[in-house]
Amino acid sequence: MATIYIDDKPYEVKDGQNLLQACLSLGLNLSYFCWHPALGSVGACRQCAVKQFKDENDKQGRLVMSCMTPASANIRISIGDAEAKEFRQDVIEHLMTNHPHDCPVCDEGGECHLQDMTVMSGHHDREYRFKKRTHINQDLGPFINHEMNRCIQCYRCVRYYRDYAGGRDFNVFASHDNVYFGRHEPGTLESEFSGNLVEVCPTGVFTDKTQKKHYTRRWDLQVAPSICVHCGLGCNTTPGERYGQLRRIRNRYNGEVNGYFLCDRGRYGYEFVNSAQRVKQVVYRRRDDAGVETVEKAVKGDVLRYLARLLADGATAIGIGSPRASVETNFALRALVGPENYFTGMTALETRLVSSMIEILKTGPARTPSLDEIGDADAVLVLGEDVTNVAPMMALRLRQSVRNEPMAVAHKIGIPDWNDAAVRGAVQTKKGPLFIATPAATKLDEIATSTYNAAPDNLARLGYAVANAIDPEAPTGDRVSAEVRQLAETIATALKGAKKPLVIAGASCANECIIQAAANIVWALCKTEHAAALSFTAPECNSVGAALLGGRSLDEAIQTVRDGRADVVIIAENDLYRRAKRADVDALFEHAKHVVVIDHSPTATTAKAEVTLPAAAFPEGDGTFVNNEGRAQRFIQVYVPEGDVQESWRWLRALRVATGKADVAEWATLDLALASVEEAVPALSGVRNCAPPPAFRALGQKVPRQAHRYSGRTAMRANINVSEPKIQEDPDSPLTFSMEGYRGELPASLLPSFWAPGWNSAQALTRFQEEIGGPLRGGDPGVRLIEPAAGSAPAYFGDAPKVFAVRKNDRLAVSLYHIFGSEELSALSPPLAERIPALYAALSPSDAEALEVANGDTVELRLNGAAWRAPVSVRPDLPRGTVGVPAGLAAAEFLSAPAWISVEKVSAT
Amino acid sequence: MTDRPLTKNIRPGQPPLDLKGYEKAGGYAAVRKALGGMAPKDVTQVIKDSNLRGRGGAGFPTGVKWSLVPIGPDAPRPKYLVVNADEMEPGTFKDRLLLEGDPHQLVEAVIVAAYAIEAETAYIFLRGEYILAAKLLMQAIAEARAAGYLGNNILGSGYNLDLHLHTSAGRYICGEETALLNSLEGKRATPRAKPPFPQISGLWGKPTIVNNVETLSNIPHILVNGPEWFKGLSHTPNGGTKLYGVSGKVKRPGVWELPMGTTVRELLEEHAGGMRDGLKLRGIIPGGASTDFLGEEHLDLQLDFDTVGKAGSRMGTGTMIILDDQTCPVGFVHSLIQFFAHESCGWCTPCREGLPWTEKILAALEAGQGEMADLDRLGKQVKFMAPGMTFCPLAPGAMSPLGSGIKRFREDFERHIREKRCPWR
Ligand SMILES: Cc1cc2nc3c(=O)[nH]c(=O)nc-3n(C[C@H](O)[C@H](O)[C@H](O)COP(=O)(O)O)c2cc1C
Ligand code: SF4
Ligand code: SF4
Ligand code: SF4
Ligand code: FES
Repeated sequence: MATIYIDDKPYEVKDGQNLLQACLSLGLNLSYFCWHPALGSVGACRQCAVKQFKDENDKQGRLVMSCMTPASANIRISIGDAEAKEFRQDVIEHLMTNHPHDCPVCDEGGECHLQDMTVMSGHHDREYRFKKRTHINQDLGPFINHEMNRCIQCYRCVRYYRDYAGGRDFNVFASHDNVYFGRHEPGTLESEFSGNLVEVCPTGVFTDKTQKKHYTRRWDLQVAPSICVHCGLGCNTTPGERYGQLRRIRNRYNGEVNGYFLCDRGRYGYEFVNSAQRVKQVVYRRRDDAGVETVEKAVKGDVLRYLARLLADGATAIGIGSPRASVETNFALRALVGPENYFTGMTALETRLVSSMIEILKTGPARTPSLDEIGDADAVLVLGEDVTNVAPMMALRLRQSVRNEPMAVAHKIGIPDWNDAAVRGAVQTKKGPLFIATPAATKLDEIATSTYNAAPDNLARLGYAVANAIDPEAPTGDRVSAEVRQLAETIATALKGAKKPLVIAGASCANECIIQAAANIVWALCKTEHAAALSFTAPECNSVGAALLGGRSLDEAIQTVRDGRADVVIIAENDLYRRAKRADVDALFEHAKHVVVIDHSPTATTAKAEVTLPAAAFPEGDGTFVNNEGRAQRFIQVYVPEGDVQESWRWLRALRVATGKADVAEWATLDLALASVEEAVPALSGVRNCAPPPAFRALGQKVPRQAHRYSGRTAMRANINVSEPKIQEDPDSPLTFSMEGYRGELPASLLPSFWAPGWNSAQALTRFQEEIGGPLRGGDPGVRLIEPAAGSAPAYFGDAPKVFAVRKNDRLAVSLYHIFGSEELSALSPPLAERIPALYAALSPSDAEALEVANGDTVELRLNGAAWRAPVSVRPDLPRGTVGVPAGLAAAEFLSAPAWISVEKVSAT
Repeated sequence: MTDRPLTKNIRPGQPPLDLKGYEKAGGYAAVRKALGGMAPKDVTQVIKDSNLRGRGGAGFPTGVKWSLVPIGPDAPRPKYLVVNADEMEPGTFKDRLLLEGDPHQLVEAVIVAAYAIEAETAYIFLRGEYILAAKLLMQAIAEARAAGYLGNNILGSGYNLDLHLHTSAGRYICGEETALLNSLEGKRATPRAKPPFPQISGLWGKPTIVNNVETLSNIPHILVNGPEWFKGLSHTPNGGTKLYGVSGKVKRPGVWELPMGTTVRELLEEHAGGMRDGLKLRGIIPGGASTDFLGEEHLDLQLDFDTVGKAGSRMGTGTMIILDDQTCPVGFVHSLIQFFAHESCGWCTPCREGLPWTEKILAALEAGQGEMADLDRLGKQVKFMAPGMTFCPLAPGAMSPLGSGIKRFREDFERHIREKRCPWR
């Protein structure tokens, strides 16, 4: 800590910061543009000027840029100094000379850092009387709108896009007052993280194009803290709603998880919630004896009574849960049908993979790091995961982690971390150790030390060899080639030499040996006194929660139904056709007398259900997800959906009540449901605490979902009814659907978004953090459910698999992942659907040659009677003897591993 | 020993000396001396003792700059020496004389300087338009390499040096040493923040020295003739000779090597032949466009770093631009500001936005559309772009002729507004 003097008052500040950081951390108001907490300082905009004095006798002082000046002990500065203030006003006045000042028609208006800083600086009258320069805008694709005239040339966008996120198709062009930020030509931005430009840009150059289609000012949005549902990382989000429509997704800072950013899948995958195809009503599908189907909308009460009868008549009901449904929903289903009749909804393989990861993390000595900690790693091995496409934000973190080791160069010559341009100048393109071993090339390969593409079993064998190279007692495979041994040695040396080594693996290759190999590596490191971390990606937003709850697999559920041991099948938020073979799911529908599906979106499964109950999508309900780290996080209802739509767990509770299994008081609130969860499932104990209970009050008040400037409250429904409706009740959280309530300091898990007086943009965040870039005050949201068994030394997993053997006729299917397309719900969102790649079957050049096919030729994939045709894509990176199929886009049978598929050329007819 | 060391080999209208001729004139003796037994730090010490100050404009002591480079076996490698031959300062054409007139002198200087800082690679960053200089330098470098002055194990000393010529794509800001380094790295030519200084983290993050052509060209002579000799060349304590230039409506514009501390009067009247007939001197910008106006009262000022500094301007590059009484001072300043506004790199707000606004005001004054409030605004702009307010010295440099011009020629500015026209048109 150091004492610094600001306007003659002493303050204690943390070491190693610059003055701007220090001032903002202290809650002082000081304007800035080019500095960004995640991007550091470059001193370009000159907006953050303060007066610095030599000592207390120096009355003259001189202006310095606070973002470029270390907050060193005893430094004396003034923010309020007249000359400093005037200079900051002048900077704004000059930025405004070319700014169009079109706030009324600008999507940024009302949450614009430029507006805030203009007001903060005190500038109001502009003297400039000449023409403004103008620019041409570009079409940047379906996500982002471009309005270059609003640019204030802070260079944040280009620093974020290129330096931070590693994008290459965006730059700054030209010079003097004509600098231009965009692409070399109009076109869709290639980065998977482009949407962050919207929040990084302090003005309205980059705005959300999806929001523009149904635009609403920030202050008119109803918001609540939420969690992204589009992968297993659980990034924190702020969805915004108006008139029952989800208008956008914004980042919600969580220092341990997503920090300042989101991926484009998470930001733009939300439109499925607004789809006209949504399941919004109870649907009853009847088939008469002649097999003629009628579909009718049913009355909720009638259907509940009907279902209660079905369930009561001594019938056996089984429940099939889902890794994309909340902990509460899966638990409620389990409670309705009984643990013995409850199935996870994941295939046997997936259940085994995820359970195995949890087991490894719980019984082993290696810690599962938070996403933030992944960014701190200084040597990383990725085993089997296409991180960018499976767990996108983890890839963004890895792009930072490779900077850690070479950062020593900058430290050695005394450059502070925040001095971004100087650090990058000193470090140049040096990257720390990152090894990527995957079935096919991945986008992160461009920053990797070395890469290795091989069939899944061979990836596991590399992992075993690495473990063995660290600790000779760890088993290794037979016939390890010299090449693999050499690579393993290199990787082992890098991991051992690191302060924070990290291994990343997961279920993407559907290969348990890879997971075990990853465990062996970190355990070998732990055994040799290295603080190794082990991170597994999780396939879906609540895969880990579902696995912690436990239950038998989908395969067993299907078998149970086939065996005639279930009369009623209740499926919660799960499209079985995406997971299991078509024939098997068809069989389930054939054998089950009654199938009830609760879901929010129409799927192949809802299409066949006898009864479909409309479930709340994430912004319409409350619940808890457990992410890949084992962090339980609460998402809170943003708005009350219309009609019968309600959380799946509420439907299931209603069924329990209707069947007399519970009385009305049971689980009246989410909190009570969670109490039951904790009681029944020790592995989930802690879930209740990941957000304060509904009874929580701050100074006796609830937390408002609406801004204090929320407009039209009394008018927005006036065309329906002139009397203002009663504020809707929320039994599940301490939030209220109102403008009134407490707006001060709150537990972070209850903060709907970040706003402070004078800070209307995303930059308000500094008012809520303990320190810049650090945790939110009171701790970041979420409760970790998985901690390592410190000091344990579990036995290594046994021998490595045999060398992958190419088969004569069949090829091993390997899933290839796509950030846009592989995930179910986001793929239903039109802006994102535009970016989904065309179907393909990928073959190595030698396989293509053997099959006499070239790029674009059609092949047919066949497995157990199922057939699927796709054009060939020849990929030199793909191992021989495999066929790459796009995950989530190809039929499920071709994605279940190990699937040996016959591939044949389809002759043109 | 000569009292015109820099230009002694230069014959107007003649091609420069080739390697043989240069050697015959005593060339490469400094390389032999330095590499033939002097320790690198001893070379630096000689330069320190000579009190040689940078001729690129700022006048920073060269030996002191070199001594900040980490030396010895633990120093980061590779290290670089970069010659700043970008010479784009308006009114400045002194380095060109040395580049075209005696390229071997520069090559020799590079070898000695690089040896002093133990650099293994050197670059000459040359203004793109200096096509003849590029050709001559390439010849000289090839000759030197063939003769074993460049390459591995130079003259059997065990010292290795590569020298590359890089021709600039042509932005004024590339002359600013850190923007130059970014440009050399293939990045946008925006300056870097200091610290870290290039001596610590320069080209590709390695210790680097950037020196001006004229600065370096002094090195071989100092090494051969000694620091005391060098100091003795000067009329003032600033040491050495200086290439002084004069442009504007004088009888004989040109560039001359004269003792440091030569007076404005001598330069103007003896060497440049005085004002053209019928014209009177109104103002002097002493050292390239980025310096404050001096006036008639400064005719007896000795031109060196300290003396000109005390008179309220800077010696800068030592190449003066003369304003006569029949040229509009507003138009004169406008033309300079136009240049600077166009050459702003666009990195920092005051310069990127401030210069175009300033330029538009001056254009309005010239077009008879000025307002009295414009003069206050121009004054504000000068303050707004003062040293320290901007990221690099480009904009403060641009404000020098404007700020001093408004003070000196206020009446001319006001006439433009009162008469709603340029009185010189
Ligand atoms: C805008 C700007 C342009 C410059 N242009 C040149 C130039 O063309 N040549 C030069 O030698 N120095 C130029 N300089 C000065 C260099 O930054 C640097 O100080 C100089 O090369 C150092 O060499 P010296 O120590 O030998 O003088 C320029 C500085 C600025 C701010
Ligand atoms: S586009 Fe936005 S982020 Fe980029 S420089 Fe302009 S104002 Fe800054
Ligand atoms: S990384 Fe995953 S959780 Fe995070 S925003 Fe993207 S899809 Fe959502
Ligand atoms: S003053 Fe600023 S904008 Fe101008 S050239 Fe220097 S860094 Fe660039
Ligand atoms: S925030 Fe400090 S110069 Fe831009």
